[in-house]
Amino acid sequence: MTESASVQQLVQAVLRGEKRAIAKTISIIENNEPEARKIVSLIYPKTGRAHIIGITGPAGVGKSTLVEKLAKEIRKQRKSVGIVAVDPTSPFSGGAFLGDRVRMQDLSLDEGVYIRSMATRNGFGGLSRATKDAAHVLDAAGKDIVIVETVGAGQSEVEVIKVAQTVVVVLAPGLGDDIQAIKAGQMEIGDIFVVNKADRENADKAVSDIRTMLEMNTEEKGWKPPVLKITALTGEGVNKLWENIEKHRAYIKTGALHQQRRANAEMELIEALKQKITDSIIREMRQKGQWIEVTEKILARQTDPYTAADNLLKQRLKAPDKSQPEGG
Amino acid sequence: MSTKEKKIRVLIAKPGLDSHDRGAKVVARALRDAGMEVIYTGLRQTPEQIVETALQEDVDVIGLSILSGAHTTLFPKIMQQLKKKGLTNVLVFAGGIIPQEDVPALKKTGIKEVFGPGTPTTTLVDFVRNHFSKSR
Repeated sequence: MTESASVQQLVQAVLRGEKRAIAKTISIIENNEPEARKIVSLIYPKTGRAHIIGITGPAGVGKSTLVEKLAKEIRKQRKSVGIVAVDPTSPFSGGAFLGDRVRMQDLSLDEGVYIRSMATRNGFGGLSRATKDAAHVLDAAGKDIVIVETVGAGQSEVEVIKVAQTVVVVLAPGLGDDIQAIKAGQMEIGDIFVVNKADRENADKAVSDIRTMLEMNTEEKGWKPPVLKITALTGEGVNKLWENIEKHRAYIKTGALHQQRRANAEMELIEALKQKITDSIIREMRQKGQWIEVTEKILARQTDPYTAADNLLKQRLKAPDKSQPEGG
Repeated sequence: MSTKEKKIRVLIAKPGLDSHDRGAKVVARALRDAGMEVIYTGLRQTPEQIVETALQEDVDVIGLSILSGAHTTLFPKIMQQLKKKGLTNVLVFAGGIIPQEDVPALKKTGIKEVFGPGTPTTTLVDFVRNHFSKSR
């Protein structure tokens, strides 16, 4: 069988929702194997049907537990669910401990739920590079709802807005100063805020802190992010979360969705460009043996990374690829 | 295959009813430190849950930890279901409290190796690495 025929078959199996095919496809994309690009291009036209929910927030606030309870709530409506749960890759060994499933045991035999654990690998912003494509695969495979759970995230992990249509920021009582700390990053991306572990002391204070923060928002938007008290461990309040996600979905359908999708499409294009350009420059440098040379210079403090990058870019712009037509 | 971004994905699973997972966590940690991606699912997993997780997560390796003595019933079930789902390329090893006389029968079901208490973690890491350096 030719390679492209087997890729076609694999994609067809994904579109039929076959779990083995979904699993293989996500691996191929995650490993950036040669067929990955082709697969993404075949799957992309079949996406856009699922509602993608992003769940983010600091480590230990109960994101995984909340995801399990939310998935159960969604299953009550007989909708199918895909979950992508991201945990960090060790910067030292390159390995990862993916433990989100520990909190999702009850879902593991539900035919309507597919869970994939991912390590951040070389990604940034709380997701891996392949997270978005994995969500696309689950979307194309017919999942009604896709939940993307980020790594335990702080200020700048806001990549999830490029993937999700509804972003839920999860916090817990007693974070106190941390709420202050995150107001510049995550406090800006939540469509819905959850104060989890609401059975603990100070839950009301956390809610009013967040509300105050949101009140200070000067930008007038049609959607006012609700702040919900939830105890994910017992499931209390999770139905309210689902109600609000549906409300938000209905809201963005009125037009905000198109705008948001447009912005997402733009960001996806920028990401793809960045990746292509960076990859091609690095490949060329490695071939010419420049990579080690420049690295050594930076190491010896003979130049700095920015100057080095500037010079490389200049060189490349002066000497365009010979196979490309002139001009333009 | 461009192997640069390919990582070995391992599922560490605890079938059955025992409630101690220190050994499993030590193994998980050692494999993580060796650069592998380790999925841990927690205690009291049924054979069905383990196999379903292995399928969805597309793992290359399954490590089974058991202390309860139920290995002679649970392990063959797991191996059967792996076969049924077509996951025959997955490397399976086991550890925990498993009497030496049970080992040959377990190996017949397809379990590649059984590691007893006191096995250095480096032995495990080498075992997994060697398997993949041969087959890839």
